[in-house]
Amino acid sequence: MQPPVPLLEMRGICKYFGSVKANENVDLTLFPGDILGLLGENGAGKTTLMNVLFGVYSPDGGRILIEGRPVRIRSSADALRHGVGMVHQHFHLVPCHTVIENLMVGRPGRSGRLDRRGTLDGMAEVERRFGLALAPDALVSELTIGEQQRLEIIKALVRGARVLILDEPTSTLTPQETEGLFSALRSMAAAHMGVIFISHKLNEVRAITNKLMILRRGKVSATLDNDQSISRRRLAELMCGREITPPAKPPATRGEVLLEMRDIHTGGTSRGRLKGVSLQAHAGEILGIAGVSGNGQLELAEVISGMLAPTTGVFRVSGREVTRPSPRRVQQLGVGRIPEDRMGTGLITTLPLASSMVLPRIHEKRFSRGGFLRQGAIRDFVKEQMQRFDIRAPGPEVRTGTLSGGNLQKALLARELAWDPLVLLAAQPTRGLDVAAARFVHEQFLELRRRGRAIIVISEDLEELFALSDRIAVMFEGCINGVVPIEEATVQKIGMLMAGVKEAA
Amino acid sequence: MNEILAQVFQVGFFAALIRIATPLVFGTIGELFAERSGVLNLGIEGTMMLSAMTGFSTAYFTGSLWLGILAAMATGILAGLLMALLTVSLGLSQHVSGIGTTLLCSGLSFFFYRLIFGQPSSIPNIKPFDVVPIPGLSAIPVIGPILFDQFALVYLAMAIVPLSAWVLYRTPWGLNLRTVGENPDAAYSAGVSVTAMRYQALMIAGALMGLAGAFLSMAQFNAYTFGVISGRGWVCIALIVFGQWSPWKSAAGALLFAFIDALQLRLQASSIINVPYEVFLMMPFVFTIVGMALVSRNARAPDALLKPFRKEER
Repeated sequence: MQPPVPLLEMRGICKYFGSVKANENVDLTLFPGDILGLLGENGAGKTTLMNVLFGVYSPDGGRILIEGRPVRIRSSADALRHGVGMVHQHFHLVPCHTVIENLMVGRPGRSGRLDRRGTLDGMAEVERRFGLALAPDALVSELTIGEQQRLEIIKALVRGARVLILDEPTSTLTPQETEGLFSALRSMAAAHMGVIFISHKLNEVRAITNKLMILRRGKVSATLDNDQSISRRRLAELMCGREITPPAKPPATRGEVLLEMRDIHTGGTSRGRLKGVSLQAHAGEILGIAGVSGNGQLELAEVISGMLAPTTGVFRVSGREVTRPSPRRVQQLGVGRIPEDRMGTGLITTLPLASSMVLPRIHEKRFSRGGFLRQGAIRDFVKEQMQRFDIRAPGPEVRTGTLSGGNLQKALLARELAWDPLVLLAAQPTRGLDVAAARFVHEQFLELRRRGRAIIVISEDLEELFALSDRIAVMFEGCINGVVPIEEATVQKIGMLMAGVKEAA
Repeated sequence: MNEILAQVFQVGFFAALIRIATPLVFGTIGELFAERSGVLNLGIEGTMMLSAMTGFSTAYFTGSLWLGILAAMATGILAGLLMALLTVSLGLSQHVSGIGTTLLCSGLSFFFYRLIFGQPSSIPNIKPFDVVPIPGLSAIPVIGPILFDQFALVYLAMAIVPLSAWVLYRTPWGLNLRTVGENPDAAYSAGVSVTAMRYQALMIAGALMGLAGAFLSMAQFNAYTFGVISGRGWVCIALIVFGQWSPWKSAAGALLFAFIDALQLRLQASSIINVPYEVFLMMPFVFTIVGMALVSRNARAPDALLKPFRKEER
């Protein structure tokens, strides 16, 4: 028997951005039926490599072969024609269009008109072969995140993709949705397609893939079969170039209640509105908040940080009721906040780093007097924080937006921790950070916990919540659907609560 | 009061309304194509001015009105290409590019008009378009003289509204265009060239703006004057917001604007209400502002409007 022809070969791919070598001599081989896990830290070049394959970037060197034939992929149109489909991390969908309109984009019509029937046939075919279905006339904006992702996959399959690239596909899914995705991927592999699965969640990569390829600083650091002989630790080492162990977590010493919410309701959209949230965060504990995005986590964070006033309910910080909440009021009561959108309500991208880092405290005597800024004091403060937190930037004057994600998050942390908050609220604190940066953030949280502060971590990364939390509260449709002590928490249990199932007593 | 109504609401009033609406429909539908692709074309005012001039001059020297129309459309397409070069290829600010295009085009139109005609003692004029009654239909009482006893270009404007709605919502090209205007990444990853779509949209927009300009200097009036457009381009931009980026609603907005414009013309002419005529002149524009303020609360612009698309950006 002849060895099978690879479905896809990338040979010696190079891609440079100025002096940055995003990809250097990368080789990748994918056989029919393969599910290849592409691992690597942020900035290792995973997404760049896939964007080269999908025609978004043109490579500075190297060749791409599909079923043994060299091809030139210079645009997404080329990639699609050669059977390469991609599901981007940020979905490429039009929210105000329907499912079928999103599927018909870029496709030829029938006698000058949109080919609705042909597209419906394609959808039916995808449903028959892979079990993926959606209502064709539903508006995309009304779909859940999981359904939007399914639409992205259907879009690629309807276009006849034989190689499917998935960039961080599970980061916003519930465990159950992830399982659904995995079963679809398995049926694609069984149908002799090839799947490339980009992720940095090692557990999931190990669960679904049969081969692994690890990138580090733009180069292939290892290509191996996914079998049980490789340890998790070994994989992390291959990704980072050194061993990274999770920070030690001593047993909790729970103290008094530092933050309390009782039956908090808010106005707002039906999906995100809080409908009676009660929770307590104690001194010396990390309270994790889990939930599928859009179930009120954002609103909860806004209430805690004083940006959104509850319509009813009691909100107390260290025993004092917050009657007229404002960001400054809760800040004065000792709440620090690391918002989800670092570049939006966190730091100000267009201002110098120094300004971004003192803005919430700019009224304090330390930084301004008589309406004038004390530039020297500001600079010294920021320099000191940069040193303490190892924020890598040319100086305090550099534009905030030029910092990398990890450094931005460190800057935020430094800003909030400089005032030793009683309660720290952190939303998606390690989203988009690489392993080393994430570990640094976690260390800081554990240090606060040791010093008897309360930390509230809102995260969509269950691995993170399991590693950090003392208790996990799960949000569903604006309510806390259950609070589980970490000793009793399992992925299944949390997943059920995330999906809205009440715990069976 | 009844006297005023009787004076105003005659068949001639509605026929005039349709004529006033025609250039607005061309301009609005043109601008609509540009905006649905994600490009705000503030060059519309200048584009209309320049094509009114080129169309008129071509007709003046060749004696052919239709050659003039072609020249006006070609002028509009060129201005559209300039906008495309600035905003799509170079990715510059759409506001600045648009205002720059308007200033350039209006300057060019004055410059060449002087160059061609000098400073004549009497304004050069042409024999403008004649009305083309549609046999049969124009004999229908009331409706006939209003809708079917008009210039050929008026019929074209009537056809262009359903046609553009059909193209936008029923054809693959229209879906691609709308997708480019909402989420260019989605279009690109589906194999659509964002650049090509935006160029095409701006060229179509330019051609229609050219028609709008030509209609004013060659059908509604018989000469080119510096005030021939007098803000009608800007009105088109407002009408799109008023019409919430839908061809039908925007065209309805054009009719409403034309209604008020026609009304104020009649009121000016009638001596019944004794106020300075400038008050009447102001009415359509007041309406535009009020209408915009009322409607724009729930108007939703295309998501990618004003945003340049660069695929290799990191």
